[in-house]
Formats: sequence, C-alpha cells, structure tokens
Amino acid sequence: MADKATIILHSGDLDKVYSAFIIGNGALAMGMEVSIFCTFWGLQRFKKGALDKGPLSKMNMLGLGRWMVKKKMKQANVAPLEKMLQDFKELGGKILACDMTMDVMGIKKEDLREDVISEYCSVGTYVSEARDSKITLFI
Amino acid sequence: MAAEIKVDCTGQTCPVPLVETRKALRQAQTGDIIEVTGTHPSSKREIPMAVKAMGLELVSIEEADGTWKIRIRK
Repeated sequence: MADKATIILHSGDLDKVYSAFIIGNGALAMGMEVSIFCTFWGLQRFKKGALDKGPLSKMNMLGLGRWMVKKKMKQANVAPLEKMLQDFKELGGKILACDMTMDVMGIKKEDLREDVISEYCSVGTYVSEARDSKITLFI
Repeated sequence: MAAEIKVDCTGQTCPVPLVETRKALRQAQTGDIIEVTGTHPSSKREIPMAVKAMGLELVSIEEADGTWKIRIRK
C-alpha cells in the first residue's frame, strides 16, 4: 500500500488553499495517496465558483493585498487553483466534505461542487485515515 | 517497443513540473522513457526524489544554460 498524506483544510484563505493543493499535489506526484478533509472556511471554497475567492490570511487590506498577490502569482507563472484541483483529481487525490460544517453553515450538497467531492463524512473518517498516514497537516 | 514521452515544463514553477512528470509516468507503459525538460531549479532536485520514492530508474540528468533535462525509465 502506498504511503498516505492526510490534510485538513480548515481555512478558506486564498494562500492557505494554495498551500493545501501544492502540498497535496506534491505528495501525489511523489507516489503518495492524499486526502484533503474540508471543514469550516475550507469547505466554503468548494461551493460552486468559490475556489479562488478567499481573502489573504495576512495583509488582505480589503482585497488590495489579495489583488496584488494574485498579480504576483500570475507573473511568477503559478498555476491557478482550478488547475491544481484538476491535477489533484487526475492524480487520484480525494476531497472529503465535513457534513457537520454543512449542517452548521446551512450548506446543501447541491451548493457544493459534487463532481470533485469524493465523500461526505465526519471526524471518524479523518481519524481512521490519519492514523495510517505518514503526513498529516492542519491548514 | 518502448516509447519515449517528452514533457515540457519550461517556465513552469512549483509544483507543476513534479505533477506533470507524475501524470506522464501514470500514462506510460513499463519500459517507456519519460523525458522532462524544465527551468525551475528545485524541481531538478525533486523530480529525482520522486523517481527514487516510486522505485523507478533515473536514466540521466543534464543541464545547460539554466534548462535541465531529466530522463526516467518506468
């Protein structure tokens, strides 16, 4: 069985969603299995059309900082989040949605990108995957 | 007959060269050669790490004028 990496994406901040996908895709590329558990603000990014709509975690400055970072990323030829998500799925990564967050925040399945979500689950699924993982991160 | 697959990651940055290498490796048959070209410095070191982690054969690494070329046998 391949080594596993398990990532909790709790934040919906643009830069942190990038971190989750860069690490996730890197681990997949190096032959690991990867699951990203999306909860709270992280799950918000999996609503339709929301993936790259998060604020910056620092120096957002009402969106000005966010705009500058996006511009810099484009100049540095960083791949858009949507491409990172498509690569993640293509390499067999799993996106898991926290069903408690859905209840708390009133998110319905049809609000989410059901095409990219592998499973709707809660903490038990995370723990059972994380206990077998070589890498586990909370972002 | 083993095929030779070329992957061009020139100008691409983290994690694209690693990801594109993996995508090509997944599609290749055993024995095929995958040749990755790129300019991202860390990827030149990290693609061989991925090759080793997956138990594949690193055939060669070359670099000229900031462009590297890594050949892998699946």
